Amino acid sequence: MVQVDAKILENRELGSQRYKMALSAPQIGCQAKPGQFIHVRVSKGFLPLLRRPFSVHRVQGQKIEILYKVVGKGTEILSRKKGGEYLDILGPLGKGYQLPSATSKISDIILVAGGTGVASLLFLAESISVANPELSILVLVGAKNREELLCEGDFRRLGCRVEVATENGTRGYKGLVSELLEKCLPLSGDRPKPIVFACGPSEMLKMIGKISRKHRFPCQVSLEERLACGVGACLGCVVKTKGSTYTYKRVCKDGPVFDAGELIWE
Amino acid sequence: MMRKAKEKPPNLAIKLAGISLKNPVMVASGTFGYGEEYAQLVDLNRLGAIVAKTITLKPRLGNDPPRIVETASGVLNSIGLQNVGIDTFINEKLPFFKEYDVPLIVSIAGETTDEYVQLAKTLQGEKITGLELNLSCPNIKYKRKLMFAQNPQATHQVVSRVRKAISLPLMVKLSPNVTDIASIAKMCEEAGADGVSLINTFTGMAIDVENRKPMLRQVTGGLSGPAIKPIALRMVYEVHKAVRIPIIGIGGIMTAGDALEFIIAGAKAVAIGTGNFVDPLIPIKVIDGIREYMVNNKIKDIKSIVGRLKCPKS
Ligand SMILES: Cc1cc2nc3c(=O)[nH]c(=O)nc-3n(C[C@H](O)[C@H](O)[C@H](O)COP(=O)(O)O)c2cc1C
Ligand code: FES
Repeated sequence: MVQVDAKILENRELGSQRYKMALSAPQIGCQAKPGQFIHVRVSKGFLPLLRRPFSVHRVQGQKIEILYKVVGKGTEILSRKKGGEYLDILGPLGKGYQLPSATSKISDIILVAGGTGVASLLFLAESISVANPELSILVLVGAKNREELLCEGDFRRLGCRVEVATENGTRGYKGLVSELLEKCLPLSGDRPKPIVFACGPSEMLKMIGKISRKHRFPCQVSLEERLACGVGACLGCVVKTKGSTYTYKRVCKDGPVFDAGELIWE
Repeated sequence: MMRKAKEKPPNLAIKLAGISLKNPVMVASGTFGYGEEYAQLVDLNRLGAIVAKTITLKPRLGNDPPRIVETASGVLNSIGLQNVGIDTFINEKLPFFKEYDVPLIVSIAGETTDEYVQLAKTLQGEKITGLELNLSCPNIKYKRKLMFAQNPQATHQVVSRVRKAISLPLMVKLSPNVTDIASIAKMCEEAGADGVSLINTFTGMAIDVENRKPMLRQVTGGLSGPAIKPIALRMVYEVHKAVRIPIIGIGGIMTAGDALEFIIAGAKAVAIGTGNFVDPLIPIKVIDGIREYMVNNKIKDIKSIVGRLKCPKS
Protein backbone atom coordinates (compact mmCIF):
# COMPACT_ATOMS: atom_id res chain seq x y z
CA MET A 1 0.00 0.00 0.00
CA VAL A 2 1.37 3.41 -0.97
CA GLN A 3 0.15 6.97 -1.27
CA VAL A 4 1.18 8.68 -4.50
CA ASP A 5 0.45 11.74 -6.59
CA ALA A 6 -0.44 10.06 -9.83
CA LYS A 7 -0.49 11.86 -13.14
CA ILE A 8 -3.68 11.52 -15.12
CA LEU A 9 -2.79 10.21 -18.56
CA GLU A 10 -6.30 10.17 -19.93
CA ASN A 11 -9.87 10.65 -18.76
CA ARG A 12 -12.20 9.60 -21.55
CA GLU A 13 -15.99 9.50 -21.65
CA LEU A 14 -17.28 6.18 -22.94
CA GLY A 15 -20.84 7.48 -23.26
CA SER A 16 -23.82 7.48 -20.89
CA GLN A 17 -21.81 9.23 -18.14
CA ARG A 18 -19.25 6.45 -17.99
CA TYR A 19 -15.56 7.28 -17.95
CA LYS A 20 -12.26 5.47 -18.20
CA MET A 21 -9.32 7.11 -16.49
CA ALA A 22 -5.70 6.11 -16.94
CA LEU A 23 -3.16 7.08 -14.28
CA SER A 24 0.58 6.78 -14.14
CA ALA A 25 1.18 4.84 -10.92
CA PRO A 26 3.86 2.18 -11.36
CA GLN A 27 4.25 1.72 -7.58
CA ILE A 28 0.61 0.70 -7.37
CA GLY A 29 0.39 -1.14 -10.65
CA CYS A 30 3.21 -3.51 -9.78
CA GLN A 31 1.45 -4.64 -6.60
CA ALA A 32 -2.20 -4.58 -7.65
CA LYS A 33 -4.23 -7.77 -7.81
CA PRO A 34 -7.64 -8.23 -9.41
CA GLY A 35 -10.41 -7.09 -7.05
CA GLN A 36 -8.23 -4.59 -5.22
CA PHE A 37 -9.04 -0.89 -5.36
CA ILE A 38 -7.51 2.55 -5.15
CA HIS A 39 -8.82 5.31 -2.86
CA VAL A 40 -8.88 8.61 -4.68
CA ARG A 41 -8.93 12.13 -3.30
CA VAL A 42 -10.98 13.86 -5.96
CA SER A 43 -10.48 17.38 -4.63
CA LYS A 44 -7.41 19.12 -3.28
CA GLY A 45 -9.66 20.96 -0.83
CA PHE A 46 -12.16 19.45 1.57
CA LEU A 47 -15.27 19.30 -0.62
CA PRO A 48 -16.11 16.51 -0.85
CA LEU A 49 -14.32 15.47 2.29
CA LEU A 50 -13.82 11.75 1.85
CA ARG A 51 -11.94 9.81 -0.78
CA ARG A 52 -13.76 7.69 -3.34
CA PRO A 53 -12.83 4.04 -3.98
CA PHE A 54 -12.46 2.59 -7.49
CA SER A 55 -11.57 -0.96 -8.51
CA VAL A 56 -8.42 -1.40 -10.49
CA HIS A 57 -9.73 -2.04 -13.99
CA ARG A 58 -6.50 -2.73 -15.78
CA VAL A 59 -2.77 -2.59 -15.29
CA GLN A 60 -0.53 -2.01 -18.28
CA GLY A 61 3.10 -1.33 -17.51
CA GLN A 62 3.31 2.01 -15.71
CA LYS A 63 -0.35 2.64 -16.18
CA ILE A 64 -3.41 1.74 -14.16
CA GLU A 65 -6.96 2.28 -15.29
CA ILE A 66 -10.25 2.79 -13.50
CA LEU A 67 -13.74 2.72 -14.90
CA TYR A 68 -16.47 4.80 -13.31
CA LYS A 69 -19.92 6.20 -13.70
CA VAL A 70 -20.90 9.68 -12.58
CA VAL A 71 -23.21 9.05 -9.63
CA GLY A 72 -22.60 11.97 -7.31
CA LYS A 73 -20.44 14.95 -6.49
CA GLY A 74 -17.19 13.03 -6.18
CA THR A 75 -17.42 11.27 -9.52
CA GLU A 76 -18.72 14.43 -11.15
CA ILE A 77 -15.57 16.31 -10.10
CA LEU A 78 -13.46 13.38 -11.25
CA SER A 79 -15.11 13.41 -14.66
CA ARG A 80 -13.94 16.99 -15.23
CA LYS A 81 -10.26 16.19 -14.63
CA LYS A 82 -7.94 16.48 -17.58
CA GLY A 83 -4.85 14.61 -18.69
CA GLY A 84 -1.74 16.11 -17.08
CA GLU A 85 -3.42 16.87 -13.74
CA TYR A 86 -2.42 14.92 -10.64
CA LEU A 87 -4.53 12.88 -8.24
CA ASP A 88 -3.64 11.83 -4.71
CA ILE A 89 -4.32 8.09 -4.57
CA LEU A 90 -3.86 5.31 -2.03
CA GLY A 91 -3.48 1.74 -3.13
CA PRO A 92 -3.64 -1.01 -3.88
CA LEU A 93 -6.13 -1.64 -1.07
CA GLY A 94 -8.23 -4.57 0.09
CA LYS A 95 -8.26 -8.27 -0.55
CA GLY A 96 -8.94 -9.21 -4.14
CA TYR A 97 -10.30 -12.31 -5.87
CA GLN A 98 -8.89 -15.68 -4.96
CA LEU A 99 -7.61 -16.94 -8.30
CA PRO A 100 -8.10 -20.60 -9.13
CA SER A 101 -4.72 -22.27 -8.71
CA ALA A 102 -2.86 -23.07 -11.89
CA THR A 103 -2.95 -26.79 -11.21
CA SER A 104 -6.56 -27.15 -10.13
CA LYS A 105 -8.71 -29.10 -12.55
CA ILE A 106 -11.93 -27.22 -12.75
CA SER A 107 -14.35 -26.69 -15.49
CA ASP A 108 -15.70 -23.29 -16.28
CA ILE A 109 -15.02 -19.91 -14.86
CA ILE A 110 -18.03 -17.64 -15.03
CA LEU A 111 -17.68 -13.91 -14.49
CA VAL A 112 -20.89 -11.99 -13.87
CA ALA A 113 -20.72 -8.23 -14.27
CA GLY A 114 -23.41 -5.66 -13.53
CA GLY A 115 -22.92 -2.08 -14.69
CA THR A 116 -19.50 -0.68 -13.82
CA GLY A 117 -18.91 -3.80 -11.71
CA VAL A 118 -17.34 -5.06 -14.90
CA ALA A 119 -14.26 -2.96 -14.04
CA SER A 120 -12.53 -5.42 -11.72
CA LEU A 121 -13.63 -8.47 -13.71
CA LEU A 122 -11.68 -7.51 -16.81
CA PHE A 123 -8.51 -7.37 -14.73
CA LEU A 124 -9.47 -10.77 -13.29
CA ALA A 125 -10.08 -12.28 -16.75
CA GLU A 126 -6.69 -11.02 -17.92
CA SER A 127 -4.93 -12.50 -14.91
CA ILE A 128 -6.66 -15.86 -15.18
CA SER A 129 -5.94 -16.17 -18.87
CA VAL A 130 -2.27 -15.38 -18.32
CA ALA A 131 -1.88 -17.73 -15.35
CA ASN A 132 -4.00 -20.52 -16.72
CA PRO A 133 -4.66 -20.26 -20.45
CA GLU A 134 -6.37 -23.66 -20.51
CA LEU A 135 -9.36 -22.44 -18.54
CA SER A 136 -12.41 -21.41 -20.44
CA ILE A 137 -14.02 -18.21 -19.24
CA LEU A 138 -17.63 -17.27 -19.76
CA VAL A 139 -18.49 -13.65 -19.10
CA LEU A 140 -22.02 -12.45 -18.50
CA VAL A 141 -22.27 -8.71 -18.88
CA GLY A 142 -25.38 -6.93 -17.68
CA ALA A 143 -26.59 -3.35 -18.01
CA LYS A 144 -29.80 -1.34 -18.14
CA ASN A 145 -29.61 -0.92 -21.92
CA ARG A 146 -27.25 -1.46 -24.83
CA GLU A 147 -25.68 2.00 -24.50
CA GLU A 148 -24.49 1.18 -21.00
CA LEU A 149 -22.82 -2.14 -21.84
CA LEU A 150 -19.12 -2.08 -21.12
CA CYS A 151 -16.02 -4.06 -22.07
CA GLU A 152 -17.69 -6.69 -24.26
CA GLY A 153 -14.99 -6.34 -26.89
CA ASP A 154 -12.18 -6.42 -24.35
CA PHE A 155 -13.36 -9.77 -23.01
CA ARG A 156 -13.75 -11.22 -26.51
CA ARG A 157 -10.23 -10.14 -27.39
CA LEU A 158 -9.00 -12.15 -24.40
CA GLY A 159 -10.74 -15.19 -25.85
CA CYS A 160 -13.62 -15.23 -23.38
CA ARG A 161 -17.10 -16.27 -24.38
CA VAL A 162 -19.43 -13.32 -23.75
CA GLU A 163 -23.20 -13.26 -23.21
CA VAL A 164 -25.11 -10.08 -22.69
CA ALA A 165 -28.21 -9.13 -20.74
CA THR A 166 -29.99 -5.80 -20.86
CA GLU A 167 -32.92 -4.89 -18.66
CA ASN A 168 -34.84 -3.31 -21.53
CA GLY A 169 -33.87 -6.02 -24.00
CA THR A 170 -32.08 -3.75 -26.45
CA ARG A 171 -29.30 -6.34 -26.63
CA GLY A 172 -28.95 -9.97 -25.73
CA TYR A 173 -31.07 -11.54 -23.05
CA LYS A 174 -33.92 -9.32 -21.84
CA GLY A 175 -33.76 -9.20 -18.08
CA LEU A 176 -31.29 -9.33 -15.25
CA VAL A 177 -27.82 -10.74 -15.63
CA SER A 178 -28.46 -12.94 -12.58
CA GLU A 179 -31.33 -14.60 -14.47
CA LEU A 180 -29.00 -15.11 -17.40
CA LEU A 181 -26.55 -16.84 -15.07
CA GLU A 182 -29.20 -19.31 -13.97
CA LYS A 183 -29.98 -20.09 -17.61
CA CYS A 184 -26.32 -20.68 -18.48
CA LEU A 185 -25.50 -22.99 -15.64
CA PRO A 186 -24.54 -26.54 -16.50
CA LEU A 187 -26.88 -27.84 -13.86
CA SER A 188 -26.97 -31.51 -14.57
CA GLY A 189 -24.71 -34.11 -16.02
CA ASP A 190 -21.17 -34.93 -15.04
CA ARG A 191 -19.71 -31.53 -15.59
CA PRO A 192 -17.94 -30.27 -12.52
CA LYS A 193 -19.34 -27.16 -10.97
CA PRO A 194 -18.18 -23.79 -12.26
CA ILE A 195 -16.50 -21.12 -10.18
CA VAL A 196 -18.37 -17.85 -10.28
CA PHE A 197 -16.96 -14.37 -9.71
CA ALA A 198 -19.41 -11.49 -9.54
CA CYS A 199 -19.26 -7.74 -9.20
CA GLY A 200 -22.12 -5.27 -9.44
CA PRO A 201 -24.94 -3.66 -7.47
CA SER A 202 -25.73 -5.30 -4.13
CA GLU A 203 -29.18 -6.51 -5.22
CA MET A 204 -27.56 -8.40 -8.07
CA LEU A 205 -24.90 -9.91 -5.81
CA LYS A 206 -27.53 -10.95 -3.34
CA MET A 207 -29.39 -12.84 -6.07
CA ILE A 208 -26.22 -14.46 -7.32
CA GLY A 209 -25.40 -15.46 -3.76
CA LYS A 210 -28.78 -17.17 -3.58
CA ILE A 211 -28.23 -18.98 -6.87
CA SER A 212 -24.82 -20.16 -5.71
CA ARG A 213 -26.33 -21.57 -2.55
CA LYS A 214 -29.10 -23.30 -4.43
CA HIS A 215 -26.78 -24.89 -7.00
CA ARG A 216 -23.85 -25.28 -4.62
CA PHE A 217 -21.08 -23.75 -6.66
CA PRO A 218 -18.24 -21.68 -5.22
CA CYS A 219 -18.83 -17.98 -5.71
CA GLN A 220 -16.84 -14.86 -4.89
CA VAL A 221 -18.54 -11.48 -4.87
CA SER A 222 -16.98 -8.03 -4.79
CA LEU A 223 -18.96 -5.60 -2.64
CA GLU A 224 -19.38 -1.89 -3.00
CA GLU A 225 -19.75 0.07 0.24
CA ARG A 226 -19.35 3.65 1.26
CA LEU A 227 -15.84 3.92 2.67
CA ALA A 228 -14.19 6.42 4.93
CA CYS A 229 -10.56 5.54 5.67
CA GLY A 230 -10.29 2.68 3.16
CA VAL A 231 -7.45 1.07 5.11
CA GLY A 232 -9.29 -0.77 7.88
CA ALA A 233 -8.91 1.78 10.66
CA CYS A 234 -12.36 3.31 11.16
CA LEU A 235 -14.67 0.26 11.02
CA GLY A 236 -17.16 2.28 9.05
CA CYS A 237 -17.60 -0.10 6.12
CA VAL A 238 -18.56 -3.43 7.65
CA VAL A 239 -20.75 -6.26 6.39
CA LYS A 240 -22.32 -8.98 8.47
CA THR A 241 -20.62 -12.34 8.08
CA LYS A 242 -21.13 -15.76 9.57
CA GLY A 243 -19.44 -16.59 12.85
CA SER A 244 -20.56 -18.43 15.95
CA THR A 245 -23.43 -15.96 15.81
CA TYR A 246 -22.21 -13.34 13.38
CA THR A 247 -19.31 -10.93 13.07
CA TYR A 248 -18.64 -7.79 11.11
CA LYS A 249 -15.90 -7.70 8.53
CA ARG A 250 -14.45 -4.62 6.88
CA VAL A 251 -15.24 -4.28 3.20
CA CYS A 252 -12.11 -2.19 2.66
CA LYS A 253 -9.65 -4.54 4.33
CA ASP A 254 -11.13 -8.03 4.74
CA GLY A 255 -12.87 -7.52 1.36
CA PRO A 256 -14.07 -6.08 -0.96
CA VAL A 257 -14.13 -9.66 -2.29
CA PHE A 258 -15.90 -12.20 -0.09
CA ASP A 259 -17.05 -15.77 -0.47
CA ALA A 260 -20.77 -15.48 -1.11
CA GLY A 261 -21.37 -18.22 1.45
CA GLU A 262 -19.67 -16.20 4.16
CA LEU A 263 -22.02 -13.23 3.95
CA ILE A 264 -25.26 -12.73 5.81
CA TRP A 265 -27.52 -10.91 3.38
CA GLU A 266 -30.01 -8.62 5.06
CA MET B 1 32.06 40.38 7.68
CA MET B 2 28.77 39.91 9.46
CA ARG B 3 27.76 36.35 10.01
CA LYS B 4 24.08 35.68 10.41
CA ALA B 5 23.64 33.80 13.64
CA LYS B 6 22.17 30.42 13.00
CA GLU B 7 18.59 30.49 14.27
CA LYS B 8 17.69 27.79 16.72
CA PRO B 9 14.86 25.69 15.33
CA PRO B 10 11.55 26.42 17.08
CA ASN B 11 10.62 24.20 19.96
CA LEU B 12 7.45 22.19 19.38
CA ALA B 13 7.91 19.88 22.35
CA ILE B 14 5.38 20.04 25.14
CA LYS B 15 4.62 18.31 28.40
CA LEU B 16 1.07 17.11 28.61
CA ALA B 17 -0.22 15.69 31.86
CA GLY B 18 3.30 14.58 32.67
CA ILE B 19 3.86 13.06 29.24
CA SER B 20 6.65 14.46 27.05
CA LEU B 21 5.53 14.95 23.44
CA LYS B 22 7.86 15.77 20.53
CA ASN B 23 5.16 18.02 19.17
CA PRO B 24 1.57 18.85 20.08
CA VAL B 25 -0.06 16.91 17.23
CA MET B 26 -1.75 13.63 18.09
CA VAL B 27 -4.21 11.34 16.31
CA ALA B 28 -7.69 10.96 17.81
CA SER B 29 -9.29 7.80 19.15
CA GLY B 30 -11.27 5.72 16.69
CA THR B 31 -9.77 7.29 13.62
CA PHE B 32 -6.38 5.60 13.64
CA GLY B 33 -7.30 2.03 14.63
CA TYR B 34 -4.55 0.47 16.72
CA GLY B 35 -1.83 2.13 14.69
CA GLU B 36 -1.13 -0.86 12.45
CA GLU B 37 -3.39 0.19 9.61
CA TYR B 38 -1.60 3.47 9.01
CA ALA B 39 1.96 2.37 9.78
CA GLN B 40 2.70 1.74 6.10
CA LEU B 41 1.68 5.27 5.15
CA VAL B 42 2.73 7.44 8.08
CA ASP B 43 5.96 7.54 10.09
CA LEU B 44 4.33 6.93 13.47
CA ASN B 45 7.45 8.11 15.30
CA ARG B 46 6.85 11.63 14.06
CA LEU B 47 3.47 11.92 15.78
CA GLY B 48 3.08 13.70 19.10
CA ALA B 49 1.06 10.78 20.42
CA ILE B 50 -1.38 8.11 19.30
CA VAL B 51 -4.74 7.66 21.00
CA ALA B 52 -5.88 4.11 20.28
CA LYS B 53 -9.45 3.12 19.38
CA THR B 54 -11.59 2.95 22.52
CA ILE B 55 -11.58 -0.48 24.15
CA THR B 56 -14.10 -2.05 26.48
CA LEU B 57 -13.95 -5.00 28.89
CA LYS B 58 -15.68 -7.41 26.53
CA PRO B 59 -15.25 -7.37 22.76
CA ARG B 60 -18.05 -5.43 21.07
CA LEU B 61 -19.48 -6.28 17.67
CA GLY B 62 -20.62 -2.73 17.03
CA ASN B 63 -23.71 -1.46 15.24
CA ASP B 64 -25.45 -2.72 12.13
CA PRO B 65 -24.40 -0.98 8.90
CA PRO B 66 -24.62 1.49 7.25
CA ARG B 67 -22.37 3.12 9.82
CA ILE B 68 -20.89 6.03 7.90
CA VAL B 69 -22.30 8.79 5.76
CA GLU B 70 -20.67 11.91 4.43
CA THR B 71 -22.49 15.22 5.01
CA ALA B 72 -21.63 18.79 4.06
CA SER B 73 -18.02 19.18 5.26
CA GLY B 74 -18.53 16.40 7.74
CA VAL B 75 -18.98 12.72 8.45
CA LEU B 76 -21.67 11.01 10.50
CA ASN B 77 -20.66 7.73 12.10
CA SER B 78 -22.34 5.13 14.23
CA ILE B 79 -19.63 2.53 14.67
CA GLY B 80 -20.94 1.54 18.09
CA LEU B 81 -17.52 1.06 19.68
CA GLN B 82 -16.70 -2.11 17.80
CA ASN B 83 -13.47 -3.30 19.42
CA VAL B 84 -11.57 -6.44 20.31
CA GLY B 85 -11.90 -6.05 24.08
CA ILE B 86 -9.18 -5.43 26.62
CA ASP B 87 -7.64 -8.92 26.70
CA THR B 88 -7.09 -9.17 22.96
CA PHE B 89 -5.95 -5.57 22.92
CA ILE B 90 -3.21 -6.31 25.43
CA ASN B 91 -2.18 -9.62 23.88
CA GLU B 92 -2.42 -8.83 20.20
CA LYS B 93 -2.46 -5.08 19.60
CA LEU B 94 -0.17 -3.66 22.26
CA PRO B 95 3.01 -5.56 21.21
CA PHE B 96 2.94 -3.71 17.88
CA PHE B 97 3.79 -0.44 19.61
CA LYS B 98 6.99 -1.83 21.15
CA GLU B 99 8.68 -1.15 17.81
CA TYR B 100 7.83 2.52 17.96
CA ASP B 101 9.00 5.51 19.91
CA VAL B 102 5.69 7.31 20.23
CA PRO B 103 3.53 7.89 23.31
CA LEU B 104 0.49 5.63 23.33
CA ILE B 105 -2.65 6.79 25.06
CA VAL B 106 -5.26 4.09 25.52
CA SER B 107 -8.90 5.09 25.38
CA ILE B 108 -11.35 3.10 27.50
CA ALA B 109 -15.10 3.02 27.93
CA GLY B 110 -17.35 1.19 30.35
CA GLU B 111 -21.04 0.99 30.98
CA THR B 112 -20.55 1.49 34.70
CA THR B 113 -18.05 3.24 36.92
CA ASP B 114 -16.80 -0.15 38.10
CA GLU B 115 -16.02 -1.15 34.54
CA TYR B 116 -13.91 1.98 34.03
CA VAL B 117 -12.01 1.23 37.23
CA GLN B 118 -11.46 -2.39 36.23
CA LEU B 119 -10.21 -1.40 32.77
CA ALA B 120 -7.88 1.23 34.23
CA LYS B 121 -6.42 -1.20 36.76
CA THR B 122 -5.85 -3.83 34.09
CA LEU B 123 -3.92 -1.33 31.98
CA GLN B 124 -1.91 0.14 34.86
CA GLY B 125 0.76 -2.55 34.59
CA GLU B 126 1.06 -2.43 30.79
CA LYS B 127 3.55 -0.53 28.68
CA ILE B 128 1.38 2.43 27.83
CA THR B 129 1.88 6.15 28.31
CA GLY B 130 -1.51 7.29 29.50
CA LEU B 131 -5.22 6.71 29.66
CA GLU B 132 -8.13 8.55 28.11
CA LEU B 133 -11.55 7.98 29.62
CA ASN B 134 -14.07 8.10 26.81
CA LEU B 135 -17.12 9.39 28.64
CA SER B 136 -18.68 10.66 25.47
CA CYS B 137 -19.40 8.04 22.83
CA PRO B 138 -22.77 8.96 21.34
CA ASN B 139 -23.20 5.54 19.80
CA ILE B 140 -23.69 3.28 22.74
CA LYS B 141 -26.62 3.44 25.05
CA TYR B 142 -25.70 3.43 28.68
CA LYS B 143 -28.06 1.99 31.22
CA ARG B 144 -28.64 5.46 32.53
CA LYS B 145 -29.54 6.63 28.98
CA LEU B 146 -27.15 9.56 29.26
CA MET B 147 -23.46 9.53 28.56
CA PHE B 148 -21.25 9.94 31.59
CA ALA B 149 -20.03 13.23 30.15
CA GLN B 150 -23.57 14.60 30.18
CA ASN B 151 -23.91 14.16 33.91
CA PRO B 152 -21.59 16.21 36.16
CA GLN B 153 -21.97 13.89 39.17
CA ALA B 154 -21.36 10.74 37.12
CA THR B 155 -18.34 12.42 35.56
CA HIS B 156 -16.93 13.38 38.93
CA GLN B 157 -17.47 9.93 40.35
CA VAL B 158 -15.87 7.98 37.50
CA VAL B 159 -12.88 10.30 37.21
CA SER B 160 -12.14 10.35 40.92
CA ARG B 161 -12.49 6.60 41.29
CA VAL B 162 -10.19 5.90 38.34
CA ARG B 163 -7.77 8.55 39.62
CA LYS B 164 -7.52 6.77 42.98
CA ALA B 165 -7.06 3.41 41.33
CA ILE B 166 -4.13 4.25 39.04
CA SER B 167 -1.10 6.49 38.71
CA LEU B 168 -0.99 6.68 34.89
CA PRO B 169 -1.51 10.11 33.31
CA LEU B 170 -5.28 10.49 33.00
CA MET B 171 -7.16 12.37 30.29
CA VAL B 172 -10.93 12.66 30.02
CA LYS B 173 -12.71 12.92 26.67
CA LEU B 174 -15.71 15.22 26.82
CA SER B 175 -18.91 15.40 24.85
CA PRO B 176 -20.05 18.57 23.10
CA ASN B 177 -23.66 17.45 23.57
CA VAL B 178 -24.06 19.46 26.77
CA THR B 179 -25.19 22.97 27.64
CA ASP B 180 -22.11 23.92 29.67
CA ILE B 181 -18.97 22.02 28.77
CA ALA B 182 -16.80 24.21 31.02
CA SER B 183 -18.61 23.02 34.15
CA ILE B 184 -18.03 19.38 33.14
CA ALA B 185 -14.36 20.10 32.52
CA LYS B 186 -14.14 21.68 35.98
CA MET B 187 -15.60 18.52 37.46
CA CYS B 188 -12.84 16.53 35.79
CA GLU B 189 -10.19 18.85 37.17
CA GLU B 190 -11.62 18.65 40.68
CA ALA B 191 -11.77 14.87 40.46
CA GLY B 192 -8.07 14.71 39.63
CA ALA B 193 -7.88 14.45 35.84
CA ASP B 194 -4.53 15.47 34.31
CA GLY B 195 -6.13 16.83 31.16
CA VAL B 196 -9.30 17.04 29.11
CA SER B 197 -9.77 16.09 25.46
CA LEU B 198 -12.47 17.96 23.65
CA ILE B 199 -14.48 17.30 21.76
CA ASN B 200 -16.05 14.00 20.77
CA THR B 201 -18.69 14.04 18.03
CA PHE B 202 -22.02 15.88 17.98
CA THR B 203 -25.13 13.75 17.62
CA GLY B 204 -26.70 14.30 14.25
CA MET B 205 -28.55 12.57 11.43
CA ALA B 206 -29.16 12.51 7.69
CA ILE B 207 -32.13 11.30 5.68
CA ASP B 208 -32.48 9.75 2.22
CA VAL B 209 -35.58 11.61 1.05
CA GLU B 210 -36.30 9.34 -1.95
CA ASN B 211 -36.86 6.39 0.35
CA ARG B 212 -37.68 8.39 3.48
CA LYS B 213 -35.09 6.33 5.31
CA PRO B 214 -32.33 7.35 7.68
CA MET B 215 -28.89 7.23 6.06
CA LEU B 216 -27.48 5.49 9.13
CA ARG B 217 -28.98 2.24 10.30
CA GLN B 218 -29.00 3.57 13.88
CA VAL B 219 -30.82 6.70 12.61
CA THR B 220 -28.52 9.05 14.56
CA GLY B 221 -24.75 9.14 14.77
CA GLY B 222 -21.83 11.37 15.67
CA LEU B 223 -20.85 14.30 13.44
CA SER B 224 -17.17 15.08 12.92
CA GLY B 225 -15.02 17.00 10.45
CA PRO B 226 -14.69 20.65 9.38
CA ALA B 227 -18.43 21.20 9.98
CA ILE B 228 -17.90 21.07 13.76
CA LYS B 229 -14.66 23.03 13.99
CA PRO B 230 -16.02 26.47 14.94
CA ILE B 231 -18.08 24.96 17.76
CA ALA B 232 -15.20 22.82 18.99
CA LEU B 233 -13.00 25.89 19.00
CA ARG B 234 -15.52 27.89 21.03
CA MET B 235 -15.67 25.04 23.54
CA VAL B 236 -11.89 24.90 23.90
CA TYR B 237 -11.92 28.66 24.45
CA GLU B 238 -14.57 28.37 27.19
CA VAL B 239 -12.89 25.44 28.92
CA HIS B 240 -9.51 27.18 28.83
CA LYS B 241 -10.99 30.03 30.84
CA ALA B 242 -12.42 27.60 33.39
CA VAL B 243 -9.63 25.10 34.14
CA ARG B 244 -5.86 24.98 34.60
CA ILE B 245 -5.27 21.41 33.41
CA PRO B 246 -4.13 21.05 29.79
CA ILE B 247 -6.63 20.76 26.96
CA ILE B 248 -6.34 18.57 23.88
CA GLY B 249 -8.28 20.36 21.13
CA ILE B 250 -10.19 18.12 18.71
CA GLY B 251 -12.76 18.77 16.01
CA GLY B 252 -12.38 19.21 12.27
CA ILE B 253 -8.66 19.91 12.17
CA MET B 254 -7.42 19.56 8.58
CA THR B 255 -4.59 22.09 8.36
CA ALA B 256 -1.85 23.70 10.45
CA GLY B 257 -3.98 26.84 10.50
CA ASP B 258 -6.85 24.89 12.08
CA ALA B 259 -4.51 23.43 14.69
CA LEU B 260 -3.08 26.86 15.49
CA GLU B 261 -6.56 28.23 16.05
CA PHE B 262 -7.11 25.58 18.71
CA ILE B 263 -3.73 26.28 20.30
CA ILE B 264 -4.35 30.01 20.43
CA ALA B 265 -7.82 29.36 21.88
CA GLY B 266 -6.21 27.41 24.70
CA ALA B 267 -5.35 23.87 23.62
CA LYS B 268 -1.90 22.67 24.61
CA ALA B 269 -2.14 19.86 22.09
CA VAL B 270 -4.47 18.92 19.26
CA ALA B 271 -5.68 15.67 17.76
CA ILE B 272 -6.57 14.85 14.16
CA GLY B 273 -9.59 12.59 13.65
CA THR B 274 -11.52 12.60 10.40
CA GLY B 275 -8.53 14.29 8.74
CA ASN B 276 -6.73 10.94 8.74
CA PHE B 277 -9.36 9.56 6.35
CA VAL B 278 -8.99 12.52 4.02
CA ASP B 279 -5.21 12.30 3.85
CA PRO B 280 -3.18 10.08 6.18
CA LEU B 281 -0.39 12.65 5.98
CA ILE B 282 -2.45 15.46 7.52
CA PRO B 283 -0.90 15.01 10.99
CA ILE B 284 2.60 15.31 9.49
CA LYS B 285 1.58 18.27 7.33
CA VAL B 286 0.11 19.96 10.41
CA ILE B 287 3.36 19.46 12.36
CA ASP B 288 5.42 20.89 9.49
CA GLY B 289 2.97 23.75 9.05
CA ILE B 290 3.09 24.72 12.72
CA ARG B 291 6.88 24.75 12.57
CA GLU B 292 6.83 26.96 9.50
CA TYR B 293 4.37 29.35 11.18
CA MET B 294 6.66 29.57 14.19
CA VAL B 295 9.69 30.36 12.05
CA ASN B 296 7.80 33.00 10.09
CA ASN B 297 6.44 34.62 13.24
CA LYS B 298 9.62 34.25 15.27
CA ILE B 299 7.95 32.10 17.88
CA LYS B 300 10.62 30.14 19.71
CA ASP B 301 8.41 27.92 21.79
CA ILE B 302 4.93 26.64 20.99
CA LYS B 303 3.98 26.91 24.67
CA SER B 304 4.26 30.67 24.42
CA ILE B 305 1.12 30.96 22.27
CA VAL B 306 -1.16 28.49 24.06
CA GLY B 307 -4.30 30.40 24.99
CA ARG B 308 -2.77 33.73 23.91
CA LEU B 309 -5.80 35.00 22.07
CA LYS B 310 -5.67 38.76 21.73
CA CYS B 311 -9.20 39.93 22.46
CA PRO B 312 -9.94 43.60 22.07
CA LYS B 313 -10.72 45.14 25.45
CA SER B 314 -14.33 46.14 25.83
C1 LIG C 1 -15.31 6.82 12.60
C2 LIG C 1 -15.05 7.47 13.92
C3 LIG C 1 -14.86 6.69 15.06
C4 LIG C 1 -14.61 7.27 16.29
N1 LIG C 1 -14.40 6.47 17.39
C5 LIG C 1 -14.09 7.05 18.58
C6 LIG C 1 -13.77 6.25 19.71
O1 LIG C 1 -13.76 5.02 19.66
N2 LIG C 1 -13.47 6.88 20.88
C7 LIG C 1 -13.44 8.24 21.00
O2 LIG C 1 -13.14 8.75 22.08
N3 LIG C 1 -13.73 9.02 19.93
C8 LIG C 1 -14.05 8.46 18.74
N4 LIG C 1 -14.31 9.27 17.65
C9 LIG C 1 -14.29 10.74 17.82
C10 LIG C 1 -12.96 11.33 17.40
O3 LIG C 1 -11.91 10.86 18.20
C11 LIG C 1 -13.02 12.85 17.47
O4 LIG C 1 -13.23 13.23 18.80
C12 LIG C 1 -14.12 13.45 16.62
O5 LIG C 1 -14.25 12.75 15.41
C13 LIG C 1 -13.91 14.93 16.32
O6 LIG C 1 -12.69 15.16 15.65
P1 LIG C 1 -12.55 15.27 14.04
O7 LIG C 1 -13.55 16.28 13.59
O8 LIG C 1 -11.14 15.65 13.80
O9 LIG C 1 -12.87 13.91 13.51
C14 LIG C 1 -14.57 8.69 16.41
C15 LIG C 1 -14.76 9.47 15.27
C16 LIG C 1 -15.00 8.89 14.03
C17 LIG C 1 -15.19 9.77 12.83
S1 FES D 1 -13.48 2.38 5.43
FE1 FES D 1 -12.50 2.56 7.36
S2 FES D 1 -12.44 0.46 7.98
FE2 FES D 1 -13.21 0.33 5.98
